[in-house]
Amino acid sequence: MSRLPQPEQGRSLWQDAWRRLRRNRAALVAMIVLGALVALVIVGPWFAPWSYDYIDFDGDWGAAPSLSGSHWFGTDSLGRDLFARTLQGGRISLLVGFVATLVSLLIGVTWGAVAGYYGGRIDNVMMRIVDILYAMPFMFFVILLMVLFGHHLVLIFVAIGAVNWLDMARIVRGQTLSLRQKEFVAAAVTSGLGSGAIIRHHIVPNLLGVVVVYATLTIPQVILVESFLSFLGLGVQEPATSWGMLVNDGAREMEATPWALIFPAAFLATTLFCFNFIGDGLRDALDPKDR
Amino acid sequence: MLRYAFIRLLSAIPALLILITLTFFMMRAAPGGPFDRERDVSPEVRAKLEQAYHLDESLWKQYGRYLTALSQGDLGPSFKYGDRSVNELIAVGFPVSLKIGGLAMLLALLLGGALGIVAALKQNGVIDYGVMTLAMVGISIPNYVFAPLAILLFAVTLGWLPAGGWNDGALSNLVLPVLALAAPQVAYIARLMRGSMIEVLHAPYIRTARAKGLSERVVILRHALRPALLPVLSYLGPASAGIITGSVVIEQIFGIPGIGRYFVTAALNRDYTVVMGVVIFYGVLVILFNFLVDLLYGVLDPRARPQ
Amino acid sequence: MRSLFLALTLLLSCTTAWSQTLAREQVLHKGNGPEPEALDPHRAEGVNTSNILRDLFEGLTSEAPDGHLIPGVAQSWELSEDGKTYTFHLRENARWSNGDALTASDFVYSLQRSADPATASNYSSILEPIENAAEVTTGKLPPSRLAVFAPDAHTLVIRLRAVTPYFLGLLNHASTYPVHRPSIEKYGARAFRAENIVGNGAYKATEWVVQSHVLLSRNRQYWDDAHTTIERVYYHATEDLSSEFKRYRAGEIDWTESVPVTQVRWIRKNIPQEFRVSPYLGVYYYGLNLTQPPFKNNPKLRRALSLAIDREVIVKKVIGTGELPAYSWVPPIPGYKQQTAEWGAWPREKRLAEARRLYAEAGYSAANPVEVEIRYNTSEDHKKIALVIAAMWKQYLGVKTRLVNQEFKVFLRDRTQKKITQAFRSGWIGDFNDPYTFSELLYSKNGRNDMGYVNVNYDSLLEQAATEIDATRRMQYLEQAEHLMLEDQPMIPLYFYVNKRLAKPYVVGWQGNIMDHHYTKNMKVLAH
Repeated sequence: MSRLPQPEQGRSLWQDAWRRLRRNRAALVAMIVLGALVALVIVGPWFAPWSYDYIDFDGDWGAAPSLSGSHWFGTDSLGRDLFARTLQGGRISLLVGFVATLVSLLIGVTWGAVAGYYGGRIDNVMMRIVDILYAMPFMFFVILLMVLFGHHLVLIFVAIGAVNWLDMARIVRGQTLSLRQKEFVAAAVTSGLGSGAIIRHHIVPNLLGVVVVYATLTIPQVILVESFLSFLGLGVQEPATSWGMLVNDGAREMEATPWALIFPAAFLATTLFCFNFIGDGLRDALDPKDR
Repeated sequence: MLRYAFIRLLSAIPALLILITLTFFMMRAAPGGPFDRERDVSPEVRAKLEQAYHLDESLWKQYGRYLTALSQGDLGPSFKYGDRSVNELIAVGFPVSLKIGGLAMLLALLLGGALGIVAALKQNGVIDYGVMTLAMVGISIPNYVFAPLAILLFAVTLGWLPAGGWNDGALSNLVLPVLALAAPQVAYIARLMRGSMIEVLHAPYIRTARAKGLSERVVILRHALRPALLPVLSYLGPASAGIITGSVVIEQIFGIPGIGRYFVTAALNRDYTVVMGVVIFYGVLVILFNFLVDLLYGVLDPRARPQ
Repeated sequence: MRSLFLALTLLLSCTTAWSQTLAREQVLHKGNGPEPEALDPHRAEGVNTSNILRDLFEGLTSEAPDGHLIPGVAQSWELSEDGKTYTFHLRENARWSNGDALTASDFVYSLQRSADPATASNYSSILEPIENAAEVTTGKLPPSRLAVFAPDAHTLVIRLRAVTPYFLGLLNHASTYPVHRPSIEKYGARAFRAENIVGNGAYKATEWVVQSHVLLSRNRQYWDDAHTTIERVYYHATEDLSSEFKRYRAGEIDWTESVPVTQVRWIRKNIPQEFRVSPYLGVYYYGLNLTQPPFKNNPKLRRALSLAIDREVIVKKVIGTGELPAYSWVPPIPGYKQQTAEWGAWPREKRLAEARRLYAEAGYSAANPVEVEIRYNTSEDHKKIALVIAAMWKQYLGVKTRLVNQEFKVFLRDRTQKKITQAFRSGWIGDFNDPYTFSELLYSKNGRNDMGYVNVNYDSLLEQAATEIDATRRMQYLEQAEHLMLEDQPMIPLYFYVNKRLAKPYVVGWQGNIMDHHYTKNMKVLAH
């Protein structure tokens, strides 16, 4: 009954998945929208009439959006163009989201799969390390990093990634724990395959569903953590900005200048929605049992 | 099983010790001290203060002193709140955080779990998309946007609920903070639940159960729910520890006297003993919850029972 | 004369109160910023703690609602011929909240305790004008040598080290409040818990819920209890300004600690009559590190940067709550001639032209711009001001600016070390209503002189002022000193603070004053 996925079948599994992903309309639309968004964020600033950090001292501060004027999204409370800032913020947010999630994914999956697969003492030691790191005061850890090495975008990736992989590791480990009891793992072991190969070829592919779903939850989480850092003054250094930071600033003045909240929030939400649909599509497409 | 539990709890001691040591020395490596202020005190007063808190001793001696006091359950005096001990700050603040966090967690588990299951059963249907969109909204609206919006609507405009304050934990003061705290959790749990439920529903033994003609309700509740809960449980362990120890954003916005604020403010104030206190407290909870989760794992999935 | 004036104001306030009916329930909810650290007057640190202590305790002198000095526990006093010995006559009906009589020996004990290094008071410097105080606080003399004496139960004599014109004003500072010896000896570290505090103010502590509120209720033993109206006052811990603002709008708080700058627009439009602003004794400035390049030995650059800042824009467009643009260091103080720079009144173009001229003279140009790093600690307002200043320097002069946001303790450490810090955000709030509280910051040996400003002439003028008996001449020394210092431009003053709050129209009996000191005993809640 249960199929033994061999390396050759692994490749066809991905081709299969791609075919099925394209059939998923929501995922397809999400991919197109996300692609357009990324393109806009990368290319847009060159076409924006204003620079993201220019303060127009003679202009109207906190001006409402207008299509006839040059401030399409209005201006913030310092008279800076919100269109330019939203795009600039998108660059940072997407970068942080992708890189930090990738960091946490790499560490988390490896750690969790190894711990769950070997079990026993190794598992115990590895998970105690996770427990200890969990109980570390995140803020303190980040303050320390920022203080010792100064404000740097790479540090934000490292700090967030280094914290987020813990959840991933726990979930992966839990799944691995039950996976290794499965018949196909036992079969692989009796066929003399090495532990590393089993983890790579049998455990990890079967984890992908959960991992992908969790990764789609991690990207928004990372973007929000970044905004929390900015909120505490440890994030991106002004005049640069991020969506999280723009939303944060906008929320403070939501009654006076609602557009300062609405535009960045809309971009942020759209991006998160896209990740969601893509993630779900991927999950369905990758599920080896769903044929 | 008992032996396992005993070993697990015993192994928590070195883990905590490492945690304490790491935090202690990392914190002391940070620049600035508890008595650095914009308005400087005289060197003599500063020396007296440092002497009173033993900050003039060598770091190792302070570390030893701290461990000795800790072994007697004494977390030391707060540097910032001069007349209070850390034990007292936690004893006063934790019940507040626990009340809000516990209610939020319960709400998240029940609502999120139910939504996740419903969405999974109607995979790719209207309800599924509806629930998932709602979950995504829950995740993508940060607390510091959701909470002020809720206050603006329910407290300022409609006047139904208070805008903040604790008021001895009166029900009306609980509603908004619990909702604000639970909202993202509901969303996370619904997403996780849906994902794992779909996974389980495609498993061969569920197909077998269905083929046997068992009713959908029996299939879901008796066969699918337990394994589907596993990833949710994995998430729940550490998440609960984090949530019942309070959230700095929620506490600040609603003016709630919990202990969540100390994780940030004590670190910023270099209130060493308070940082150590909340870190240890949090550490103990995390270890405890993870232990409970592992025990539950054994109950829910006999194959994953630890040896 | 003073008592006549007092009687008149009292009468006046009574008549206005009579014309409106009082609320049946005299309960006031005040927002009070962060949680108070400890309610021990001698160890109080923050403004928020002092606000509560002002109701719980009373010093030898006190303040009227407008901030002018009035008698407190001391009914009257005399100053000796040489201006160095005060003799205070205490009220015979002054009592502690437990009914004990309040005597001169209580003050002797309290002032000694406050000066005792073992108490580790944050503000022992307040006592410094008293003879031997400096020696006591540094541990060179025992506390018993502090020159404070009680010849009888209701007479207190304080001998000063030198003439100190502002001394009476220090006697309503928390570090000079009397504390109740028997309860301190009985309860030790727990003496200043709500359940144990014995005070001598118009209110006594009833409840203290950590991080939530402190509740005070009327002290029937207070000598002037007959004139107290409000029965209970809540001091709510409101760390977050926007939350305080929402709680105010929801009617849970009657009187706020401050106002979030981001909401000023909304407030001005919707509740302008509840927005109360008045001058506050403080200056917001940008310090320049004079010990490192680019500011070291570079007065022209420092002047150019100061000229290039459009303070009107900062005050009106960035903050917009009625702050005064600052072209000098000492805020307006009665009796002191403000040392405003003449270019403050120039039109913008003239000012910028002068700034560009100085910038070029200092050797910089578009091809060779100066690089300046601005450091500020985490805060929404500091961030906005830093952004605007950076943009002005960049857009008007071509300076290459870089912003560095730092966590507070790191920011302070870097500032004090004077190594990597260049320009930094700062503010200075006066401890008492006298220019000296500002002048002394730039004294070369002052621990908070983070500019590293050293000017022997400035120092000697301050030293002359410190021993000068004649009040007018003393002020002249301080004026000269400031004038001298402003020429050197060790820092860039930006604006003078205001205190700003929202107050429900039914809370009366208070008014804005320069120290922002308010006593609940003067306040009333009208029917609403």
